[in-house]
Amino acid sequence: MDIVLAITVGGLYAAGIFMMLRRNVVKLLIGLGLLSHAANLLIFTAGRLVRGRVAVIPAGETQPLTIVADPLPQALILTAIVISFAVLAFTLVLIYRTIQTLGTDDLDQLRATDT
Amino acid sequence: MDSVILKTAVRFLLPLLLLASIFLFLRGHNEPGGGFVGGLVAGGAIALYAITRSAAAARQLVRASPRLLIGSGLLLALGSGLAPLFFGRPFLTALWTTTTTAVLGELHIGTPLLFDLGVYCVVTGVTLAFVFTLLEE
Amino acid sequence: MFLWLWAILIAAGLAPGVNRVVGSRGGWGLALVPAGVFACLLKQWASIVNQQDVSAYVDWVPTLNLAMSLRLDGLSLLFGLLVTGIGALVLVYAGAYLKVDDRLGRLWAMLLLFMAAMLGVVLADNVLTLFIFWELTSITSYLLIGFNSDRPESQASALQALLVTGGGGLVLLPGLILLGLAGQSLELSDLLSSGDHIRQHSLYVPMLLLILVGAFTKSAQFPFHFWLPNAMAAPTPISAYLHSATMVKAGIYLIARLHPILGGTAEWFWMIAPVGTITMVVGAVLAIRATDLKQILAYATISVLGTLTMLLGIGTEATLTAALAVLVAHAFYKGGLFMVAGAIDHAVHQRDIRQLGGLRSAMPATFVASCLAGTSMVGVLPTFGFIAKETWYEAAGDLPDISFLAASVLCNIGLVAAAGLVCIKPFFGSRTNATQQAHEGSLALWGPPTALGVTGLALGLAPTRISELLAAGSRAIAGRVVPVKLALWHGVNVTLLLSLLTLAGGAVLYWQRHRLKVVFAADGRLIRYGPSTVYDWLLKSVNQLARGQTAILQNGYLRFYLLTMVGLTVFSVWMALKGELQSHLKPMPFDFHSHEVLLACLILVAAITAVRATTWLLAVGALGVVGYSVAAVFVLFGAPDLAMTQFVIETLTVILFVMAFSRLPDFRRLSSVRTRGRDALVAVVAGGTITVLLLFAMTVRSSYPISDYYVTHSVPEAHGRNVVNVILVDFRALDTLGEITVLSVAAIGVYSLLMLRPPSQADKVIHSANGKADSLQDNSPAAQHDAAADHPPESGGV
Repeated sequence: MDIVLAITVGGLYAAGIFMMLRRNVVKLLIGLGLLSHAANLLIFTAGRLVRGRVAVIPAGETQPLTIVADPLPQALILTAIVISFAVLAFTLVLIYRTIQTLGTDDLDQLRATDT
Repeated sequence: MDSVILKTAVRFLLPLLLLASIFLFLRGHNEPGGGFVGGLVAGGAIALYAITRSAAAARQLVRASPRLLIGSGLLLALGSGLAPLFFGRPFLTALWTTTTTAVLGELHIGTPLLFDLGVYCVVTGVTLAFVFTLLEE
Repeated sequence: MFLWLWAILIAAGLAPGVNRVVGSRGGWGLALVPAGVFACLLKQWASIVNQQDVSAYVDWVPTLNLAMSLRLDGLSLLFGLLVTGIGALVLVYAGAYLKVDDRLGRLWAMLLLFMAAMLGVVLADNVLTLFIFWELTSITSYLLIGFNSDRPESQASALQALLVTGGGGLVLLPGLILLGLAGQSLELSDLLSSGDHIRQHSLYVPMLLLILVGAFTKSAQFPFHFWLPNAMAAPTPISAYLHSATMVKAGIYLIARLHPILGGTAEWFWMIAPVGTITMVVGAVLAIRATDLKQILAYATISVLGTLTMLLGIGTEATLTAALAVLVAHAFYKGGLFMVAGAIDHAVHQRDIRQLGGLRSAMPATFVASCLAGTSMVGVLPTFGFIAKETWYEAAGDLPDISFLAASVLCNIGLVAAAGLVCIKPFFGSRTNATQQAHEGSLALWGPPTALGVTGLALGLAPTRISELLAAGSRAIAGRVVPVKLALWHGVNVTLLLSLLTLAGGAVLYWQRHRLKVVFAADGRLIRYGPSTVYDWLLKSVNQLARGQTAILQNGYLRFYLLTMVGLTVFSVWMALKGELQSHLKPMPFDFHSHEVLLACLILVAAITAVRATTWLLAVGALGVVGYSVAAVFVLFGAPDLAMTQFVIETLTVILFVMAFSRLPDFRRLSSVRTRGRDALVAVVAGGTITVLLLFAMTVRSSYPISDYYVTHSVPEAHGRNVVNVILVDFRALDTLGEITVLSVAAIGVYSLLMLRPPSQADKVIHSANGKADSLQDNSPAAQHDAAADHPPESGGV
């Protein structure tokens, strides 16, 4: 399964980067969303992939009975998901206000800093 | 989004979702769940309510403003980190105490729970802040 | 000793408050602090003179060998007394000079701050401590020169002084470190004993060169002298204190301080003495060329700094003592003359000597102060300036090489003429337009220069005590006991005749100064190619280079930045993987489940749909599908926490997108087919690189020590069975704390973007009207419109 996920991650990265290279700011935002999914999946795949074994220790035990999924990347991704949600929301509002104020969604027309 | 079906659905869903969120939060330390997902579910539930009614109605329902939630959540998390300093331990060291209750048996209560509650409040507050500001704009 | 520094620093902190509460008279009170330190230093006099040095020590950064060690010997005492004594007078003087200015508190604070830094330089025993205080003097000097921060020439002068002295400081640091390496200690008191070893060291010459560049820039030696006259843009109390009496002497201090460690070699002589001599002569010539009172004094100061450097460079016992004598005499008379110049400027707002005259009757007290200082400068009986010049001539006359003596006499003739320009020209003759309304200033304006002048006179009449101090100072510079016996009258000898010759020559030069105009007109062209021009050219080129590369690198096209970043990342990844791939990539087991493959395909198809979408709704929907599918992957591989979070987040994201973009137009195709092709190529290559990198990472990894630690310690130590949650709220709680802070910041950002709107049109008019009342612009409707347009469209915290 590693190879399939690795290819998926690569595909997501390619889609995200392509979208971020567009001139339309809304596409940029979609690209940002794709890129954060790609990054989360990248960290997840780079950890220990174990099917279905949740990193929860059974009640009454102090150690897991079998090999379990890697909890460390999960903790990293959990925060990353929430952070990227906040970043996406902020960017969304920023772009929304930019379009509202300047009346354009073309990045090439947003080059000057004093408008 | 003025849809009668959605409105009615949300009226039943809201208490359920809020209960689920508290459930997720409470069991988080031992089973899947925790402050992040609990806070998100609570925020999402109230967001649904706000979208079907109005932001004002949702604000009335929550009473506490998002700003208050965020602030108190941050203070809770920070406070749970500062507490061990008074016992001569490093910042954010977990402090635990064990109590025995009639219903639940032996319980471990410690500063990480307070910390998780802080996370819960911040996440709910932030979600609501996003939704409310966008709706009221 | 630490107490002294703290007292001055605390006084600096209090200074603005003092100005607010007491007003300009607070200067007398603030002056008590340095005066107190002065008294404490005097108390140490007896033990220093009896060769008992005092030291204090605090470990600062032990790992860096950085200790806050202070030591008081004869040289430090001499400088310390000058710094605090003149400092106290300058504080009083500054109070009167900036009487009605509400920036007075700031001026006092910075002067006191500088005083602490300068005292730190002369007391420091650790070379790194010395360097830190040294840089502090550069920074405070920058702030003080740029005190009139609204004037462009002040800003330029301040920047110039900072670049030259700060640049010198940068050169000094490696020099000091080399010194520490060669002597195997950073304490000056330890280095003293290993002087022979250091002078034999292979790095002796580079070390000396680096240190000297630092000292020369600080003490305005040729060719770095040009910043000092420009520093006269500062208010006069600052010029009197920093740029004559104290800071510019820091370089001299450093040379003197290191003389017993590094001095006495041919390299020392040839690197220092000629530079000093050139500076001395150049300064004297430029002094009689200038017409601005403060410029004349500045060039004369450069000349004296050159003299000091020359005397220290020659390095015989007699010249070392002479250097100290000249230094003391100069501090008294030049500080006084600067204050006189300031008093004149304060009274008539004119510093051009061609516009000044007849002030004798209008400002009698200032005239007396000027005479006291002036006589010391030209060196007539019975001032200390006379003794200093006698000692100087005598020391130079004892040298086998006569050229130093000749240069000294020539320079002094110039300085006598310069003294005439400063002390005679403004006060005699008939009154001019500028001086018609002149009147005497307050006691605080003429008192301090008079006090300095009287001290100079008193030292000349009774030189016994100062001899003790100079002997102690010379002992510190020479590294052995030097007998010093200063006397006012040596009888009629060659030195006295040379003094008389100097006076006569200077007088002739002064009376015939109009004849020099011809010469000066001719050498103007030469000066245009001076070091100042080189500095300007360098500064301009650096700025041009910066502008040029900014225009290329910061061109404002987001995709250009992205392409650069992506390209560089891909390149460096491949460079790192180059030889490694073949040895590590091994075939992987094919353990696919069909539903997993289907899920992966769904993600890819959704991603492609998002890319090809022509409406935002479709794109957002496709993005949502990607998110939900990723959540499904989390479910399959044992991450229910992630899956739940991802599901909720994805829902919220879609809701937010719909709320924000329901009023937006659909996508337009903005790029050409060629650009799209290029971008697609870059994106695919980057994605492929990530895939290869990921596969590589998975094959090279064999153990998971951190994860296993968390899994095995979760229940026993953190009482939680859900390891992911335990990591979040316990093991790595600090990260989570940072994260929720970021979340809060994002919420504040969203709130301020949407809720803090620019004021509506009606508000704007009120706003701009208020702004107008503040800035006193004209009240035309056009100007009002401009002011309204100046308001940034986004007044939030963006």
